[in-house]
Amino acid sequence: MSSATPASVADVVSGLATNGYLSDEGLATAIFLSLTMGRPLLLEGEPGVGKTEVAKALSALTGGELLRLQCYEGLDASQALYEWDYPRQLLHLRAAEAAGTISSDVAAVENELYSERFLVRRPLLDAISDRHHIAPVLLIDELDRADDEFEAFLLEVLADNAVTIPELGTFRATVPPIVIITSNRTRDVHDALKRRCLYHWVEHPDLEREIAIVQSRVPGANEVLSRQVSRLVAELRTIGLFKPPGVAETIDWVMALTALGRTELDSLSVEASLGAVVKYREDADRVRARGIDTLVESATTAD
Amino acid sequence: MDDDGILGLVELLRTAGLSVPVGNLITFTEAMEIIGDDLRSLYWCGRATLTHSPIDIELYDRVFRHWILGTELGLTEAVTRSPEPLLIDDDERLDDEQTDRADVETEDGTVLRFSRTETLRSMDFADLDDEERLEVDRLIADMRLTATMRRSRRRRPSKRSSGTPDLRRTVRESLRTGGEPINRRTLQRTRVARRVVIIADISGSMAAYSRSLIRYAHAAVSARSRVEAFALGTRLTRLTRELDIRDPDQALQRAADSVEDWSGGTRLGEGLQQFNDDWGTRGMARGAVVVILSDGWDRGEPERLASQMARLSRVAHRIVWVNPLKASDGYAPLARGMAAALPYVDDFIEGHSLGALDRLSSKLSGGSSGPVRSSSAFTPEEVTR
Repeated sequence: MSSATPASVADVVSGLATNGYLSDEGLATAIFLSLTMGRPLLLEGEPGVGKTEVAKALSALTGGELLRLQCYEGLDASQALYEWDYPRQLLHLRAAEAAGTISSDVAAVENELYSERFLVRRPLLDAISDRHHIAPVLLIDELDRADDEFEAFLLEVLADNAVTIPELGTFRATVPPIVIITSNRTRDVHDALKRRCLYHWVEHPDLEREIAIVQSRVPGANEVLSRQVSRLVAELRTIGLFKPPGVAETIDWVMALTALGRTELDSLSVEASLGAVVKYREDADRVRARGIDTLVESATTAD
Repeated sequence: MDDDGILGLVELLRTAGLSVPVGNLITFTEAMEIIGDDLRSLYWCGRATLTHSPIDIELYDRVFRHWILGTELGLTEAVTRSPEPLLIDDDERLDDEQTDRADVETEDGTVLRFSRTETLRSMDFADLDDEERLEVDRLIADMRLTATMRRSRRRRPSKRSSGTPDLRRTVRESLRTGGEPINRRTLQRTRVARRVVIIADISGSMAAYSRSLIRYAHAAVSARSRVEAFALGTRLTRLTRELDIRDPDQALQRAADSVEDWSGGTRLGEGLQQFNDDWGTRGMARGAVVVILSDGWDRGEPERLASQMARLSRVAHRIVWVNPLKASDGYAPLARGMAAALPYVDDFIEGHSLGALDRLSSKLSGGSSGPVRSSSAFTPEEVTR
């Protein structure tokens, strides 16, 4: 354990805040428990509420390296765990042959080829390798995109914090990784995995926290602008859009408007930069039908 | 908080329907020891260790409030409702035995049973009496749903000489030939079944049909196919997990119980929007075959239904609309909702009988949209079994 490991829930809140992530008590408790008990933390929530950012901030807080495994359909052991570097193996064989140093003993050649120098470590194996002195943060992103088979496999790795490679033997983590798993709930993650994890549902932040997040994420953003944009986005979340904007969109939007040199919201620049926050044509139509002027007015005059 | 207090809370949670395995209970107490035992910590520790989904959290919050403040639990169906006694195994067996005995006496029971099945196959689900319904349920349980296949991103070793090189095996084999990759190995793409998503309208007029379709989905779920099922009343209820473990009748009953206003009629557009927002466009409907069972009587605005159907059709592989009314003579899709939805429907079929479900099966397994094959999902042997 490094010295940077937080000693209390309040430590987690302040530690994450100094690294640009403003958490609430529930999330901080879940993270603190996950760190202390060595259990994976499963984060679910609407897209764009900052699930992935948790892992990044945590990595900055503890000083552990961030290892990210993006899940997708068909993800298998060779992309998640390890693979042999086949081109180098072949090259090595040919080179040895050319130099006349190749052994006639098949077993000896095999040992040479299947040694660590030809091993390509993918994130899972990397996370439990012995090169880490501080526990790395292993982010398994969008687990719901991978298939059942991968989940079962992941469960096995997480249960033991060890991996066996037939040609090399067993690898065991000297410092077990901090595991953060995110899911968008396009399908249910298996119960067995859920039982092993601590769970937290990440909500959209409330208005004040969203403003604070924007302020900390967009350097140079006008505070009035941040407040107005956050208020407008909060309003947009209630009008039944196909894809309600997340915190990520709020940040994007404030960045866009700041880049345009705005210090306050006005209808014209909202119209021009609407694409930063609303990503479907139907949604854009709906916002326009609501009346951009009205929306801007209520967001700017509420103070 | 002492251990007894915690156990009391957990007991309440269990009664309320939250599954709390002993392992999680231990995690919970460990967490309490780490964080401290004031009420806030207790709340957050319990939430992090005992809940696993937003629905769990909702339940947890309610129970917690009750535990601390003594407010109403507001639990309705979860604890009190007893299952609908529509399908009891003993009854079914009794039914079988009786019929079998009759068959033995006449010696041409096989034929009798078979012809009875043939009649049942074409009978409208809404016209069945209780006994026939049991028989039909049994036949549905034997149906197997094979979805159309699509290429997967996974690869497996291939025997063919062309294809993506399989370096792993090639290198292995080259060891035998002194490092010379003489035998080149290849990989080929595997194929996986497309997901099937069933959305069944459970409004009054559709009850008999949705019940059969959900049973059909149940057979598929228990056969571990990739099937998702939803019930659509005045709002959308996901049934997949229930179908995995429970009696399908009970699952449907729960969905029906959650409908607040029966006379309100179905709001297809709203329900589909909820599906699209929460599940469909996020991934569940992508590349899937979506089966919608409804008569198309929609109380909402047709424009809304049309726009949601358009959204769905952009992500789904195929949309099959099952309308039991289609079987009646002289039917024309005049219901406003139906007319609005039709342009986005790939297959429009009836779904009123076993035979029709059979045709649905062949549609789902990639049967062409040409003339409908009268394939049989069960053979005479199975029927007389």
